[in-house]
Amino acid sequence: MQAEETILEELKPTRLPGKEMALSITHLYKSFGDNHVLIDFNLQLNRGENVAVLGKSGSGKSVLIKCIIGLLKPDKGSINILGRDIEDLSLRELDEVRTRVGFLFQSNALYDSMTVRENLEFPLRRHWIKLTTAERNEKVTEVLKNVGLVHTIDMLPAELSGGMRKRIALARTLILEPEIILYDEPTTGLDPITGKEISNLIMELGEKYNTSAIIISHDINCIHRTADRIVMLIDGKCYADGTYDALKNNNDIKVKQFFE
Amino acid sequence: MVLPNTWQRFLDETGGMSRFTGRFFSQAFKPRYEFSEFIRQCFIIGYKSLPLVGLTGFIMGLVLTMQLRPSMISYGAESQLPAMVGIAIVREIGPVITALIFAGKIGSSIGAELGSMKVTEQIDAMEVSGTNPFKYLVVTRVMAATFMLPVLVILGDAISLYGSYIGVNIRGVTSFDLFFKQVFDALSFDDFFPAFIKTYFFGFAVGIVGCYKGFNSNKGTEGVGRSANSSVVVSSLLIFIIDLLAVQIIDLFGLN
Ligand SMILES: Nc1ncnc2c1ncn2[C@@H]1O[C@H](COP(=O)(O)OP(=O)(O)OP(=O)(O)O)[C@@H](O)[C@H]1O
Ligand SMILES: [Mg+2]
Repeated sequence: MQAEETILEELKPTRLPGKEMALSITHLYKSFGDNHVLIDFNLQLNRGENVAVLGKSGSGKSVLIKCIIGLLKPDKGSINILGRDIEDLSLRELDEVRTRVGFLFQSNALYDSMTVRENLEFPLRRHWIKLTTAERNEKVTEVLKNVGLVHTIDMLPAELSGGMRKRIALARTLILEPEIILYDEPTTGLDPITGKEISNLIMELGEKYNTSAIIISHDINCIHRTADRIVMLIDGKCYADGTYDALKNNNDIKVKQFFE
Repeated sequence: MVLPNTWQRFLDETGGMSRFTGRFFSQAFKPRYEFSEFIRQCFIIGYKSLPLVGLTGFIMGLVLTMQLRPSMISYGAESQLPAMVGIAIVREIGPVITALIFAGKIGSSIGAELGSMKVTEQIDAMEVSGTNPFKYLVVTRVMAATFMLPVLVILGDAISLYGSYIGVNIRGVTSFDLFFKQVFDALSFDDFFPAFIKTYFFGFAVGIVGCYKGFNSNKGTEGVGRSANSSVVVSSLLIFIIDLLAVQIIDLFGLN
């Protein structure tokens, strides 16, 4: 019986009273030729909320997150970020929205010709042009302190370990104080202990800067630790939506397999 | 109609590169201008290739002089050697050799750099952080290549002529002043100017091809290597094609 409560036929707005919407995706379609990846996908993210998107490998999680930030163009449907429909925006307006949204790449995507300091300074120099050198240094040190890697400031990304690189990438994502952060598999490829540390860091920093987040993952431990709500992406649709406990006790066979 | 595979690929590449060039012109002259990155690229691109351009220029001047001497003597025109070498260097050898060296050095490094940025999602990361990667990476590099190659060619020509002066003095004795007087007496503005203008096109070709190959790099380290390699091959070929067109156009306008 519980299955019927959590599996959504028609999406009911999950907007809670008194809460502001940070991001909403409605009727999103995306295919590559005959490969229909997203079919009528819907998702709402409230301010201050962390939503996890759980799905099998190849189910289209990365495609979803890339559609949100405008790296891929959806075939149909609308995406609204912080009150603005992204398909209506000019390039410049899109860039402005993008500075308010952080994106942590699965591959970290650190600029490997630049030191850690230059990597972190890059977004500041581009968008917070008025900062003085002292203020910029202060900001860089602050985010490095948050991720516990102040001593790496003059190193190159190639000299860091995988876990350290992930932290630096996280620091770079946070430096412009985004309101929404999109995490693409933040713990994949890390050992369980480092994975746990990263999960804790995501939680801590989310609370500290009061961000909303979409966390894409198949690491159920990371999701348990970080997410307020879980959305299951199966067959291109939002198949189920609920808290960790609700989904864990769900009897639907497709939902169950993620918790085994 | 089914075209053979290689032709299909050739046409795809040509189309892709033309569209890329179109995109360059549509974005290059609109704000926001990445001026400081442009200056940084000019410095990197110019400075990086300077030693190589200088060395090859010097050797070309020297060797050319020594190779031409026996023929000039057999025509009884040994005194014309500086004039002959000067014209050859300024009109053709200086621009083309420098451009080829430039293609090898800069074309491959742009192709590899942008290629590896592409496959490790650094270009996506830049776009997502609200910086237009086409403007920041492509426009600045293409502009820098376009404006730096002519400067390098002038320096290369000068060093080549100095090499030639050394070459003349290996077997004979000609003073520095006399040598350069002979060279400059033989040269006219019409020798220098068209050759100079075409180097802008050479530089542009090297920049565009390197950036195009890098931006369209395939996944994996192999893809990066291929981008670097094919940007050298394609831009070298383009240099010769532009050279061929330039000589026709110059001829048409009666500038030679
Ligand atoms: N640029 C693209 N061109 C063509 N097909 C693509 C492209 N990007 C993704 N796809 C296809 O879309 C599907 C979903 O890919 P996606 O990368 O979103 O999976 P994922 O859920 O992120 O998987 P993983 O957990 O392994 O990262 C795959 O079948 C993939 O082949
Ligand atoms: Mg993925």
